[in-house]
Amino acid sequence: MKKTPLHAKHLALSAKMGEFAGYDMPLYYADGVLKEHGWVRAHAGIFDVSHMGQIMLSGKGVAEFLESLTPSAFTNAKPFVAKYTVLLNPQGGIIDDLIVTRLNEETFFVVINAGCKEKDIAWITSKLPDDVNLRIMNDRALVAVQGPEAERVMREALDVDTSELKYMRLLEHGACTISRLGYTGDDGFELSVPQEDAETLWSRLLAHEAVKPIGLAARDSLRLEMGYCLYGHDIDDTTTPLEADLAWVMRKENPPTFPEPQRKRVGVKLTGKGIAREGVEIFDRAGTKKIGTLTSGTFSPTLKQAVGQGYVEIGFAEIGTEIAVKVRDNMIDAVIEKMPFVEAKTKK
Amino acid sequence: MPELKFTKDHECVSVEGDTATIGITEYAQHALGDLVYVELPKKGATFTKGAHFAVVESVKTAAEVYTPVSGEIIAVNDDLSGDPELIKTSFEAGWIAKIKMTDAAEVSALMDQTAYDAYLKTLD
Repeated sequence: MKKTPLHAKHLALSAKMGEFAGYDMPLYYADGVLKEHGWVRAHAGIFDVSHMGQIMLSGKGVAEFLESLTPSAFTNAKPFVAKYTVLLNPQGGIIDDLIVTRLNEETFFVVINAGCKEKDIAWITSKLPDDVNLRIMNDRALVAVQGPEAERVMREALDVDTSELKYMRLLEHGACTISRLGYTGDDGFELSVPQEDAETLWSRLLAHEAVKPIGLAARDSLRLEMGYCLYGHDIDDTTTPLEADLAWVMRKENPPTFPEPQRKRVGVKLTGKGIAREGVEIFDRAGTKKIGTLTSGTFSPTLKQAVGQGYVEIGFAEIGTEIAVKVRDNMIDAVIEKMPFVEAKTKK
Repeated sequence: MPELKFTKDHECVSVEGDTATIGITEYAQHALGDLVYVELPKKGATFTKGAHFAVVESVKTAAEVYTPVSGEIIAVNDDLSGDPELIKTSFEAGWIAKIKMTDAAEVSALMDQTAYDAYLKTLD
């Protein structure tokens, strides 16, 4: 299995390790997933997300190239503004979801999912214009600092003032970049650093009283509370941005067109007892007609209630629609719920 | 309390007369991590040996609990509905269900503490 530059740190913390996208990653540390989840919502957690792919696209016409790969606007993108977008296949399906940040006129920094690295790079390379260069930044680590105390931690542990940095903005800091964004819905940052500096960075952050290490299990429950998509589960090659309720990533001028969606990604909250997970079938409230399938689901530590997301027939997608989910042999009452399930507290 | 008996699926059982009280072992509790929900069987339901009669759920997974003996559910631990983590405190507080056995001989197939400890050493 592949290892991140912080692998030894996780072992030293006695993390429960598990495989994710070919990497041996920390699932949770000594406190366990519930405490880790709560700690991020109340203080600050650090996550090793170095398994994710970091690439640099540069050259003349790079913005136009990005517009050919995605449905979003890049020719008018301002420097240091990060955008969430998707790579599209010719059928309009989603190859991956990613964050793209313009660094200067001809350079964009791109972060892609760990499990999609190879296919994304193959896809982008196959379309690459002569004037555009793709550089895979295998020599970088990525660490997320997330939680309401993240800004204080950045100042006190790393001596970096981020008070003026807005949400979805990037700050260059020596050989590092600091982006004010994340996968938790809380305030926070993602730090891209040379891999040889990763252990020092991790140790300095961890030494701060407000910081605890957080594993992939809590990363998943945190993102689920926000209704964020997990690639390969909530979106994939067969889902269009319209079906996935991601029309907001579309550019205003000349966006690509998609077939009228017959199904839509929705939030599901269980009102009855139980937990519904990926693969669970969704029914109408009477339990007689199957209307969709859950693509993610777990117990929300914040709400103390089971939540999930999935695709339902378009006629059942309205917020407040009463539905049922079939868990093993039981029909459990549920409702189509607005996402995020928990209020986002990202920097205003 | 009588001596506990164990299964390879990490259930533990305490037998008194024809009543078996079933829970899950520390090994299973540790493997699951934080528990957030327990699906309990209904009183009066009958199960045959090897059938799943309860589900213990963590944030990440749902683990089925199998009954090592056949019989009828005569009691369930309702305290687990409000506090699934109670399972981890002790067998006395964290048992899942009591079954009135139809075939007491099924108990003899279970491991004792020594055999179970030896079995655990073969895992991981």
